Amino acid sequence: MAKHKTPLLDELEKGPWPSFVSDIKLEAEKRAKNDAGLDFQIPQDCPDDLLGVLELAYKDKETHWKHGGIVGVFGYGGGVIGRYCDQPEKFPGVAHFHTVRVNQPAGKYYNTEYLRGVMDIWDLRGSGLTNMHGSTGDIVLLGTTTPQLEEIFHELTHNLNTDLGGSGSNLRTPADCLGQSRCEFACYDTQAICHALTNDYQDELHRPAFPYKFKFKFDGCPNGCVASIARSDFSVIGTWKDDIRIDQDRVKAYVAGEFKPNAGAHSGRDWGKFDIVAEVVNRCPTKCMSYEDGKLSIDTSNCTRCMHCLNVMPAALKIGLETGATILCGAKAPILDGAQMASMLVPFIPVEEPYDEIKEVIENIWDWWMEEGKNRERLGETMKRQGFQKLLEVTNTKAIPQHVKAPRANPYIFFKEDEVPGGWKHDEKGYRERHMR
Amino acid sequence: MAFISSGYNPSKPMEDRITDIGPRSFEDFYPPVIKKNKGKWDYHEILKPGVLVHVAESGDKVFTVRCGTCRLMSVSLLREACEIADKYCGGHLRFTTRNNIEFMVTDEKTMEAMIADLESRKHAGGSFKFPIGGTGAGISNIIHTQGWVHCHTPATDASGPVKCVMDEMFEYFQSMKLPAMLRISLACCLNMCGAVHCSDIGIVGIHRKPPIVETEIIDNICEVPLAVAACPTGAIKPTKVEVEGKKVNSVIVNPERCMYCGNCYTMCPAMPLASGQGDGIVLMVGGKVSNRISMPMFSKVVVAYIPNEPPRWPTLTKTIKHIVEVYAKEAKKYERLGEWAERIGWEKFFEVCGLEFSHHCIDDFRDPAYYTWRQSSQFKFTSHVE
Repeated sequence: MAKHKTPLLDELEKGPWPSFVSDIKLEAEKRAKNDAGLDFQIPQDCPDDLLGVLELAYKDKETHWKHGGIVGVFGYGGGVIGRYCDQPEKFPGVAHFHTVRVNQPAGKYYNTEYLRGVMDIWDLRGSGLTNMHGSTGDIVLLGTTTPQLEEIFHELTHNLNTDLGGSGSNLRTPADCLGQSRCEFACYDTQAICHALTNDYQDELHRPAFPYKFKFKFDGCPNGCVASIARSDFSVIGTWKDDIRIDQDRVKAYVAGEFKPNAGAHSGRDWGKFDIVAEVVNRCPTKCMSYEDGKLSIDTSNCTRCMHCLNVMPAALKIGLETGATILCGAKAPILDGAQMASMLVPFIPVEEPYDEIKEVIENIWDWWMEEGKNRERLGETMKRQGFQKLLEVTNTKAIPQHVKAPRANPYIFFKEDEVPGGWKHDEKGYRERHMR
Repeated sequence: MAFISSGYNPSKPMEDRITDIGPRSFEDFYPPVIKKNKGKWDYHEILKPGVLVHVAESGDKVFTVRCGTCRLMSVSLLREACEIADKYCGGHLRFTTRNNIEFMVTDEKTMEAMIADLESRKHAGGSFKFPIGGTGAGISNIIHTQGWVHCHTPATDASGPVKCVMDEMFEYFQSMKLPAMLRISLACCLNMCGAVHCSDIGIVGIHRKPPIVETEIIDNICEVPLAVAACPTGAIKPTKVEVEGKKVNSVIVNPERCMYCGNCYTMCPAMPLASGQGDGIVLMVGGKVSNRISMPMFSKVVVAYIPNEPPRWPTLTKTIKHIVEVYAKEAKKYERLGEWAERIGWEKFFEVCGLEFSHHCIDDFRDPAYYTWRQSSQFKFTSHVE
């Protein structure tokens, strides 16, 4: 028998999509039965009370969580999001409902033994509810009490060799696409660099030392499967410098209908027979492709590596062999100054262990932004305030046309004094000798 | 309930403390076929909705079955996923960047048995536990946030609206009949955690009333200058007010300048602004993050306000369904929603989608707003021109 009546939430058990309400109810029942005989360390009816408080929110159309909450573990300045219910008498099971961010393995591959290890801790010491995963990438353990935080952290580190993720004004948990593990487009090992840099910058991740939050994300190619260009301050996107490799026999196979275009992504509808000219050559953004006498050719010097032709013909077209990555900076959501996508800073950089070239860019940016960034100012906003030129300067990057979509349209141009013959000092007397008042 | 120690000693908190070990290595968790063929994949094919095969240069194949989840998951459901992975996949599984689960196998017979098993698992209320889909030119999972389940600043819920929209869009999750992939995201406030600013369709919770100022407590619980600096429109200024005959420091909010972003409340607990009456949803369309054909795009506001209608959000789901159907009918193959809208022109987009255009959709935020107006005599005559 459920603890609270939830007529509104019950409506969300209908329909085909997995119902979070059904799932939470199951967990509530399971805890009530407690077949494993656990001595639950937080209220047994925590999921019941979560449904209760959520039903109240559905009735009021307002959240019932108090503002903020500052909790954590010794040694760290982040990793736990404190939360308290604003109706603790009605819903004592969620009076404390803190979230623990747990650092996920790169690419989010798991084995069942490990996941069960996490679940066993969470069954006993938490609500039994999770988010798989948070938007930044963490495993999110949803709902526990303050006294359990150190216990959970002790078990995570001692038994599962796993650390907390980031929160607050620091480096947040980095994330990546699945990269070379299961994709023919990956231009570098996204998982390896994601893991390496997460480890290299543990201090910056666990102990807030920045003006505001800072995120890394690693995309293996310009398709952006982890959306680094929109969702990270420091976005690394795989690319290549040389020719797209063309297997002409397989091009013929596509034209003959032996391979499905776009790997069959459009097979739910009849789009007609594959037309290589209409679907590939004419859709190329730079029109650098041609198809003549059954042969496909690409003018590499005019290709912007948008991925379209490779996406349409993955078996016939391959990324080049001289691979690396493009670095873009400053993506952020709207608050305060407006949303930003990341802007291109380094057109091509090799991605090879120990990643010294990339780390140099990161650390140069941090040295500048930690000193100059205002309180709660994202890197993207510091760039807007101090200018893109400043970012070039601090990263020792030479300005090139690739840095802009278009050159400036206004002539309000700053020059450095040493660029101007004679500097900024005027010979006032000489001026008046030439020009009478 | 008796307290069970993990071994942590609260009287010597720093003793035996392990820190800065980071995540577990991804290499600990690779299925053997992935470990063997990493970096040597030749090509892939989508066999049917939700089912992929990757072929390695060695000839090895890995079959992937992708299943939807509601992201908010119980340990019991995760254990069920683990049972499936043990039974068919040698104990391996992974999660995608859109919070789907992927099960990988190396032969088709096992794959078919697993698919039959996954399709048979349902909740008591009838919803699928592991619906298969989310590949190719369809609608995959909705990136979303905490909503009323955990957050203190939301203007709408996350899990509820997502469930309603996905129920409505379910046929598109399990098919591949759109012109291109269509990404839907939801954020429950303007902080826009996640991907609403760069999705084909973005659902964002918004407020419509300026914050309350709790004068009697504000100076004790807020860093007033931070609340002042939190405002994008300069609507907040510090002031002194009299409370019970005593002068106290507070702030004053200019309601004409406030556009209810809630950032002051993020910084200052004495400035709440949630309102069951006022809050609701703004609908954005036309964003993308990939560089395919066109550059990445931001999503744009096309519906300035849809009321919160728990538990099923009918207006929201109806509006989204309608936009998707018009896009499916009108757009060219490979054309993302934003590319289609830009090709036909936004005036045409509003007309063919039957969406009402209101002044709220015209940008008025600082200097860049100018660049969104139309500096041209090029436009199409639509029903909007009287």
